[in-house]
Amino acid sequence: MVSLRKVSKSYVRGRQSVAVLHDVDLDIPDGDFVALMGPSGSGKTTLLNLIGGLDSPTAGSVEVAGAHLERLNSGQLAQWRAANVGFIFQFYNLLPMLSARSNVELPLLLTALSAREREQRAMIALSLVGLADRANHRPAELSGGQEQRVAIARAVVSDPRLLVCDEPTGDLDRQTADDILGLLQRLNREHGKTIIMVTHDPKAAQFASRQVHLDKGVLTDAPVV
Amino acid sequence: MTLGTLLLAGLFRRRGRTLLTLASIVAAFALFGLLDAVRIVFNAGADNAGLNRLIVTSRLSLIQPLPLSQLPRIQAIEGVDAVAHANWFGGVYQDRRNFFPNLAVSPAEWLAVHPEIRLTPATREKFLNERTAALAGVDLVDRFNWQTGQKIPLEGTIFPNKAGTNTWTFDLVGAMRGDGDTRSNFDGQLLFRYDYFDEGRLRDHGTVGWYVVRVHDPARSNAIAQQIDALFKNSDAETKTQSEKEFNLAFVKQFGDVGMIVSAIMAAVFFTVLLLTANTLSQAMRERIPELAVLKTLGFSNGTVCGLVLGESVLLLLLGGLGGLVAATLLLPALNGKLGAQLPPLSVTPGSWALGLAIMLGIGLLVGLPPALRAMRLRIVDALADR
Ligand SMILES: Nc1ncnc2c1ncn2[C@@H]1O[C@H](COP(=O)(O)OP(=O)(O)OP(=O)(O)O)[C@@H](O)[C@H]1O
Ligand SMILES: [Mg+2]
Repeated sequence: MVSLRKVSKSYVRGRQSVAVLHDVDLDIPDGDFVALMGPSGSGKTTLLNLIGGLDSPTAGSVEVAGAHLERLNSGQLAQWRAANVGFIFQFYNLLPMLSARSNVELPLLLTALSAREREQRAMIALSLVGLADRANHRPAELSGGQEQRVAIARAVVSDPRLLVCDEPTGDLDRQTADDILGLLQRLNREHGKTIIMVTHDPKAAQFASRQVHLDKGVLTDAPVV
Repeated sequence: MTLGTLLLAGLFRRRGRTLLTLASIVAAFALFGLLDAVRIVFNAGADNAGLNRLIVTSRLSLIQPLPLSQLPRIQAIEGVDAVAHANWFGGVYQDRRNFFPNLAVSPAEWLAVHPEIRLTPATREKFLNERTAALAGVDLVDRFNWQTGQKIPLEGTIFPNKAGTNTWTFDLVGAMRGDGDTRSNFDGQLLFRYDYFDEGRLRDHGTVGWYVVRVHDPARSNAIAQQIDALFKNSDAETKTQSEKEFNLAFVKQFGDVGMIVSAIMAAVFFTVLLLTANTLSQAMRERIPELAVLKTLGFSNGTVCGLVLGESVLLLLLGGLGGLVAATLLLPALNGKLGAQLPPLSVTPGSWALGLAIMLGIGLLVGLPPALRAMRLRIVDALADR
């Protein structure tokens, strides 16, 4: 599903260029659930953005779901993202003025589905995360855990094969976090979603089937002590 | 949900702020609707057809006098019922602030061509027979508490008299009032006799300011107007003949180019709207950067995001602008009642709607373009990380 070869990423800040990722090689098979760990500033979000097609590498090849992302322009990347990836963020990133159902429906606006079909699918996705009864609530009327469930429904509504999650439980208490992680695990096991999840939390990482560690832009297999 | 829902949701994300901006756009376009109606009336030539009073002035300017010798030739034209004449006297009663129109007229003919002037038979009799007689509109009589029979001195501002002063004295013989909705035309005027005036003045004897011609058949007004002007073409005193309404408009136009004044006011108003809306939108845009980044993350193209922001701006202007023009349409009938018969009725014409619509789209696009381009160029990773 994911195959990174000698991927480097550096940012230009003023005159100097800061290297964030160095020659990263990473393979993630279809159906895997990977926890990406590492100290703050080690480049986890940067790596996740490359895999999700939100950013382009400075060097190397990023092959995800059969596409060479480094070869796509921004318009092609947008189309590719809409078809292949669901995104889940730490702060949910729902649109505050839309209801839960409308938020979930958002990605379907880019498809050819009819208004009726869009609404039905949004309701199915909301049922999947156990929030069908909150369809008409706005984000401000939901708890953090519920908001994250709506975000997960939005991520899966167009049925992508890959989910990328950047600290999805970073803002939640233990119990709620475990519920969310259980939900992700279910999406992985029962629905076959490939999941890459950035987390600082070793307990959260245990929900994944495998852990990779990033330190100063270099991948290591063993946790850094 | 559709893209349209998304557009509206974005626009009314901050309801209070959007409504305030909307209110100012409504006010601006209501003002535009009213002023543009005034501008159109002032710029449009009223049609002679159907009106039975014509005004003959010098072709050169309103204040250029015409020789009295023209009167019999106008009178002789087939279809002309009566010809009266008038001179603008420009006299001041006691104080310049007491301005009211005062005219030297040919008495019998003036009353003949203005049948809507109401006065008692006794007053009419005196006005037709006493050389120093003056007729005052009822509003003037009330305002200065004048009594019939009293002497009224006016300071001439244009015409000194043979006595070597500027003071002209008239004998008030009674009051006049306009019939029905012509009140405002006559109730504030003072009329006196041309023979007394012409004898008393030092220069310009035998000239008049303008003629008022009553035609028998209103349908022939246009033809007769052309006939009169043709009669004096290439003479020393060429004429310009208009319907009374046209003349009234031309008279007001002397005081300034109404079209230009209206344009200047509207430019200032729309510039303010421009700044206000631009400010509102750029503020809204800054708050929504994370949301726009989310839309892009989900796969919305740069073009769609740009279109959403631009659409919001145009929609805001259209909602407010159309609301304003509707308000103007509803307000104008009331306003027309207040203006009386001085001006043709004002209305929001199809031309005003079209011009207004063009201005709405223009401002909407102009104001929406900078934030729309910013939204388009927004880099997802930076926006998500709040950079
Ligand atoms: N657009 C950018 N411009 C400049 N520097 C950047 C940019 N994006 C990331 N960086 C830098 O790259 C490094 C890695 O950032 P990244 O966000 O990937 O870290 P992270 O592992 O996700 O950290 P955290 O656990 O705090 O989220 C940081 O030093 C960061 O400042
Ligand atoms: Mg991060």
